[in-house]
Amino acid sequence: MKLKLPNPGLDDRIPSHGDLEKMEKEEAGDRPKWDNKAQYLLTCVGFCVGLGNVWRFPYLCQSHGGGAFMIPFLILLVLEGIPLLHLEFAIGQRLRKGSVGVWRSISPYLTGVGIASMLVSFLVGMYYNTIMAWIIWYLFNSFQDPLPWSQCPLNANRTGLVEECARSSTVDYFWYRETLNTSTAIDEAGGLQWWMVLSLVAAWILLYVCCIRGIETTGKAVYITSTLPYLVLTIFLIRGLTLKGSIDGIKFLFTPDINELMNPSTWLDAGAQVFYSFSVAFGGLISFSSYNSIHNNCEQDAVLISIINGCTSVYSATVIYSIIGFRATQKFDDCLGDNIWKLMNAFDYPENNITDSNYNEVLAHLNQTNPEIIQGLELQTCDLQSFLSQGVEGTGLAFIVFTEAIIKMPFSPLWAVLFFVMLFCLGLSTMFGSIEGVVVPLQDLRLLPRTWPKEVFCGLTCLISLALGLIFTLRSGNYWLALFDNFAGSIPLLVIGFCEMFAVIYIYGIDRFNKDIEFMIGHKPNIFWQVTWRVVSPLIMIFILIFYFVTQISKSLTYLVWDQESENFPTLEARPYPSWIYVMIFILAGVPSLAIPVFALFKFIQNKCCKKDHNDYTVDTISAKIQMKN
Amino acid sequence: MLEKILILLCLSSALAEQPCKPDASDGYKVRLSIKTALGDEAYVWNENEMFLFRATLAFAMRSHLNGQEFDVSNIIVCDETPRVTFWFVVTSPLNTSGLVDKGVVEEAIRMSRNRINSAFLLTDKTLEFIGITPTLTAPVNPDTPPWLIVFGVVMGAVGAGIIVVLVSPLVLKKRKKNEETDEDEEETGVKAVENGSTREGVYNMSFSDDERLTQM
Repeated sequence: MKLKLPNPGLDDRIPSHGDLEKMEKEEAGDRPKWDNKAQYLLTCVGFCVGLGNVWRFPYLCQSHGGGAFMIPFLILLVLEGIPLLHLEFAIGQRLRKGSVGVWRSISPYLTGVGIASMLVSFLVGMYYNTIMAWIIWYLFNSFQDPLPWSQCPLNANRTGLVEECARSSTVDYFWYRETLNTSTAIDEAGGLQWWMVLSLVAAWILLYVCCIRGIETTGKAVYITSTLPYLVLTIFLIRGLTLKGSIDGIKFLFTPDINELMNPSTWLDAGAQVFYSFSVAFGGLISFSSYNSIHNNCEQDAVLISIINGCTSVYSATVIYSIIGFRATQKFDDCLGDNIWKLMNAFDYPENNITDSNYNEVLAHLNQTNPEIIQGLELQTCDLQSFLSQGVEGTGLAFIVFTEAIIKMPFSPLWAVLFFVMLFCLGLSTMFGSIEGVVVPLQDLRLLPRTWPKEVFCGLTCLISLALGLIFTLRSGNYWLALFDNFAGSIPLLVIGFCEMFAVIYIYGIDRFNKDIEFMIGHKPNIFWQVTWRVVSPLIMIFILIFYFVTQISKSLTYLVWDQESENFPTLEARPYPSWIYVMIFILAGVPSLAIPVFALFKFIQNKCCKKDHNDYTVDTISAKIQMKN
Repeated sequence: MLEKILILLCLSSALAEQPCKPDASDGYKVRLSIKTALGDEAYVWNENEMFLFRATLAFAMRSHLNGQEFDVSNIIVCDETPRVTFWFVVTSPLNTSGLVDKGVVEEAIRMSRNRINSAFLLTDKTLEFIGITPTLTAPVNPDTPPWLIVFGVVMGAVGAGIIVVLVSPLVLKKRKKNEETDEDEEETGVKAVENGSTREGVYNMSFSDDERLTQM
């Protein structure tokens, strides 16, 4: 498919190969550079490997057939993830600009793609850093023994535990009441929770100090933030394997169920997970690659980072599920122990008469002889499988399930600190990429004076995100965050990703792109890249986008609420969104996506009516510079 | 005469049995779970342990009601089961046929609960007095929440970091300016053009879009 759309003036907008060689030799440009290759790789790995690897992938893996989920995941990793990554690396390295600069160079009509990337990075950065604030809150609270989420507080007249805590559990209560102080609906804003505001301020200040001068500072920070999670995961793996029940958890995770492969939603979820896990379409990766030397082997980097990302997902899933297996076994033992206690006390059997092994027979026997007493006891059914599948994804995994497992381990504060430090590092390195994806386009767009130093751009971004992010510190903040997570970070990214691929292959031109890559790394990209770039990856992205759209539109939009009055308390209750939320959803998902056609239209109108401006614009281009020197 | 004595003896023994029975109005049921609490180091429940229990309870009654001298014989136990549960009632030392009120017994046990538990190496959960709920220990609440302390330490360190990062290039630049003004006084006129690594190169970047380094 040698389709190529007309694109006049492309050569004037981009540096030629000769220019690039000259820039490389003279080291001119005062453009930031990586100190060494390791920094670049660690930064990209840190950006790609984030909280999703720890709390989304294990859940998907377990719920879509365990070991069998690896098959769609790996296939889509190879067909969708690696080509997209290579494309972004190559185009960034070649055009040596951030996302807005790159798309503007390819065609002024495509500036919208860069702007959409910037908007998405901004929105996602806003809510992602709130999760970091929660992690910081839990981290600061881990420096005490006993941990605050291991005990229920007493009620007002000290006769018993607080009702909400007694009905649910200590970890639930700490999360929903003492951390979030959640209200019962998204309309009920409540007030700002001062401790959450403090944590949010801490999160943004910590991020600012690391990002203050772009990759000069983040490049140093990633040595720790990208490597520490692996160390902690290994420590948890070793600890987890020595705990009772961990092997059950790992077996549960990986037991394959081949029938799940027939289910289209398995493939859809695998594709979406690969796409979001690679953090493409944020613009951050393009920026990072643009600081590389021109002959850096981006093909190798893309493959390497994809493999690292995939392996990290599988590794962290193993660790998480070993701990979940331990927790499920503990709960099962507690449940069984409780039932045995009740039976012993009701029938006055001597202790240790009923054990785990003969519990079922004794119960059956007693049910026949004294059924009324058994009824009166209200024994709970203890099922290990149901405890294992209480799994969870997202914040529920980290702040409820895992914290519950931690309090059952000896030396709990140590494990809590390690776990939350790991989550913090994972999130922080992802935030570096988000900030890069906002600050660099802001500078490229020249909305603010160029003489302002980078520190100010970074500070402004952090300040505005903090101010807008205060919405997440309201009592309904958790529901707002779920809204942002579902809509700001899903559809726009798919649209941008598709547009990026289309733009590079059909507007920039696959021939020119192949020659560029040959110039940069020494050989033309082989048939695998050609096929995936031109046909396979765009098709997969369109499929995922359509399916996503259809599933979102067809089901009525509901959100999960923590409501004491509901019948199924402590299970979360599904409640429909109020009608004004649809406006918010449109702003979150629609505005970035629509920025692409709107800007193209705007540029088109600008060109048609003001032909003079078009000439002025060319004075800035590199071809003009070359003429001036001669 | 002999028959009368026999009848009296039977009556008195019958009377003596009456105060302690299951579901007595002034009695309490006790449940011990020794194996649960102590595992392998569990002791066997026998007559001697029962004697210790009655003595401990007598001690509790004495501590609560200061004047009255309760004795082991004032604590009457019955209805033992293999589970190790039994009922007990407390008779008053002043009036052996009268039982001490339930409420008074409860208060006495609450006061000395800890001592009773420790005598048997048990806890509130494993030595249960059915009907007497253990007072709950309030969770420890320090005056300054520990998280605020950690927050303060971390923010202080970060603030210091920000100031260092912002101020150090200014200091460096000032030093460099001082050195440069010294050099300028020595050299005159044209600088070498070929050396591409200095900033004063031929490649004029003033029109480029790439300038992003801080111009502080």
